[in-house]
Amino acid sequence: MSTFVIGYYALLIGASCLAAYFKKRQLFLLIFSLTLISFVTGIVGGVGALRFITVAAGLLALAAGVSYAFREFLIIIASDGIAKELRTAPLTAAFGMFVIFTYAIAGTFAPIIAPFGEAEVISSAFAPADENMLLGADQLGRDMFSRLIYGARNTVGLALVATSLAFILGALTGLLAATKGGWFDQLMGRVADVIMSVPSLIFALLMLSIFGTSLFVIVIIVALIYSPRVFRLTRAVAGNVVVMDYIEAAKLRGEGNWYLIRREILPNSTAPLVAEFGLEFCFVFLLIAGLSFLGLGIQPPTADWGSMVRENATLISFGELTPLIPAAAIALLTVSVNFVVDWMLFRSSGLKEV
Amino acid sequence: MVPKKDVLLEVKDLRIEGYSDEQWIEIVHGVDLTLHKGEVLGLIGESGAGKSTIGLAAMGFARDGCRISGGSIEFDGMELTTTPEGDLRALRGSRIAYVAQSAAASFNPAHRIIDQHTEAPIQYRIQKRVEAQEDAMELYHRLRLPNPDEIGFRYPHQVSGGQLQRAMTAMAMACRPDLIIFDEPTTALDVTTQIEVLAAIRDIVDQFNTAAIYITHDLAVVAQMADTIKVLLKGEEVEEAPTEQMLDAPSEDYTKSLWAVRSFKRPQKERPAEADSIPIVSVKNVDAAYGKIKVLDDVSFDIYPGMTVAVVGESGSGKSTTARCITGLLPPTKGEIQFNGESLPPRYQDRTKDQLRQAQMIYQMADTALNPKIKISEIIGRPAQFYRGVRGAELKNRVDELLDLIELDPAKFYNRYPPELSGGQKQRVGIARALAADPSFIICDEVTSALDQLVAEGILKLLDKLQKDFNLAYMFITHDLATVRSIADEVVVMQRGKVVEQGAKDEMFTPPHHPYTDLLLSSVPEMDPNWLTTLLEERGTDSIGEAANV
Repeated sequence: MSTFVIGYYALLIGASCLAAYFKKRQLFLLIFSLTLISFVTGIVGGVGALRFITVAAGLLALAAGVSYAFREFLIIIASDGIAKELRTAPLTAAFGMFVIFTYAIAGTFAPIIAPFGEAEVISSAFAPADENMLLGADQLGRDMFSRLIYGARNTVGLALVATSLAFILGALTGLLAATKGGWFDQLMGRVADVIMSVPSLIFALLMLSIFGTSLFVIVIIVALIYSPRVFRLTRAVAGNVVVMDYIEAAKLRGEGNWYLIRREILPNSTAPLVAEFGLEFCFVFLLIAGLSFLGLGIQPPTADWGSMVRENATLISFGELTPLIPAAAIALLTVSVNFVVDWMLFRSSGLKEV
Repeated sequence: MVPKKDVLLEVKDLRIEGYSDEQWIEIVHGVDLTLHKGEVLGLIGESGAGKSTIGLAAMGFARDGCRISGGSIEFDGMELTTTPEGDLRALRGSRIAYVAQSAAASFNPAHRIIDQHTEAPIQYRIQKRVEAQEDAMELYHRLRLPNPDEIGFRYPHQVSGGQLQRAMTAMAMACRPDLIIFDEPTTALDVTTQIEVLAAIRDIVDQFNTAAIYITHDLAVVAQMADTIKVLLKGEEVEEAPTEQMLDAPSEDYTKSLWAVRSFKRPQKERPAEADSIPIVSVKNVDAAYGKIKVLDDVSFDIYPGMTVAVVGESGSGKSTTARCITGLLPPTKGEIQFNGESLPPRYQDRTKDQLRQAQMIYQMADTALNPKIKISEIIGRPAQFYRGVRGAELKNRVDELLDLIELDPAKFYNRYPPELSGGQKQRVGIARALAADPSFIICDEVTSALDQLVAEGILKLLDKLQKDFNLAYMFITHDLATVRSIADEVVVMQRGKVVEQGAKDEMFTPPHHPYTDLLLSSVPEMDPNWLTTLLEERGTDSIGEAANV
């Protein structure tokens, strides 16, 4: 038995005793069940398994600490109204906001942060990591880390533009359909049905092979594919608002549709729309990454996480984890956005009860 | 004195806290309450007085976001504040039952009435299904529901509101509880339906010698039902006394002010001589229909400048539909609406901005009539900006002026949002929005029916003052005849889409009446505790059901 193992168990048992003494029921249950699990894994997996648990717990604690600190920081710098809302944010949401913030910084300041250029060949193909290259080189000898940073700008930026466009398109038609009703509502509803009835990836592949793979075409097509979902949500939410008396009052005043939408309906449907924006962003992001992986998305030499996975895929048969790093970056962002969205959804549903 | 052993429920120093703005605030401050077997206690007060909260606490229950923070609730020797939740659950429904305000919202629309009725007895193993169903029909008989043997097999949406409320009372009786809590059971009903429900509740409580707590804000109703009355204000008891004594000689000022609420009255104005004036609004032989169902049949009446015309009738009589025809939301199928002698286009989309400006509307539910996401200043300022093009500092002055008119402090309310306001304040903002357009005619659709009596009286006085100041004409839609008596100059009585009688107010309130007007008038509860008994004797007990269906 090494000192590590003895220290490990001593720490766990000591912590669980303390938790029990101070009557922290949940904490005690957590720590003590971890101790029991460690007995089993320690016997089966040896010291390695215990080290893994320690590292994982450490990372988790680190993430929680960062989230907590980040939330407190936001509360202090935000205005009173926003700070009050932020206090209700769970740690997961704070973690999500922190990750999104980091990505935003990486994307915005990519040329400053990245040590090398996006398409700069600096080494031999698949060179391993050294003091110059944090994550080694890709299949053409370009710095993996730099490309990862630039990828944040390209992939996330593209997804953001496409989602925004999908939202403008879907929300506008949805609001108009709810306000005008009648044939316009019917027409838009059927158009949305038609688009939704075609599987999205196949539709995208078809359109891209017809119109070519320029960035502009990708944005338009992705926006078109995702706008019907936004349309349906907006129409449903706005449908509940247009029956209210204040809308009737505004109509009887003689207000036009544009005023109704902008001042009366939109402020009452923002909460679910913002939550939906986060959710749609994930889908759009995954679709673009998927298209890039298939070679139809963002074209080389532009760095992009989806295509980076594909280009370096051969490395995985040599037991290298490098190609999984961009994939992990995608996964982390998706999970983070969902954490934030969950919180917003909870808030918007909670607000309705008041 | 009633001997101690007869005490069914004894509440001592009850304190309840509510959670808001991230802290617990006490909303009921130490209320005592004693209820003997077979006794009916009336709890009255304005909204926010804690009536419902205390009623629920009598079952050992606190709503989400509320908690019982102190005092004791002793029910038949059991201390409810310390009883485990499981035992409380067994108590509720079997020994203590609850009748909610809106039966339509409280019944599950997906199950037949009788299945919901028999759920409790079967659950508590008091009766087998067949017995429970027979018992349900027996109770339906006693509550004088039509077709008592079949009505239980219908779904909630297939019976009327008054019948549903009686079915709910029957359901509360299913396990023959010792105590029933009635939470405003007739507030949502028409006066004519209210009588049936009141009579039914009173009979059945007498027959089974059940104790009851009757919560309401209507004094006249509670006078019919309760043996003792307790008046509440902001979570504290004002006074408690036997009904007769409370009505004849209330001792506290607050109680007196409640009693005096209905005293607001103003003299009736006479219609100007026909020759030299034209009505501001004239409804001429209007028919209207929703799809194929005809809802208005040959409706005609005139409204002269500066006068108030009250349109009364039960729900479904076409009062609000007439308003929709006048505003142009529902184009009439026949006939026309004239404004100052000129014919108005039937659809509001075809009317000019000035025609729209002249006729404004105040809504029943101020909650849904004001956009919760827009500041008060913009809600009121928008009509002025829209119709007159008023902008900047001038607009701010106009809004301040309007806020002054409705007696709200501009400095305080200018930047607020509607959800931060009380019900009465919201209704005032609704009035200000209508005024902002400088109209000559305002439709008031049940503007006071969602408000407490004191607040409602304030609104009526305000409307009266504004009418004098701006020579406004009102079309006052209401089912509350007390309101009509206080504010109207002329009355139009509607039934099933037809005008059955119209004329000057004083004329309408003096016999002889049209039989329907008579029924409406006699159904308005009076303060006299024997009013219901006398009325039922006059009408003959068995004819209540038919009387309401004239």
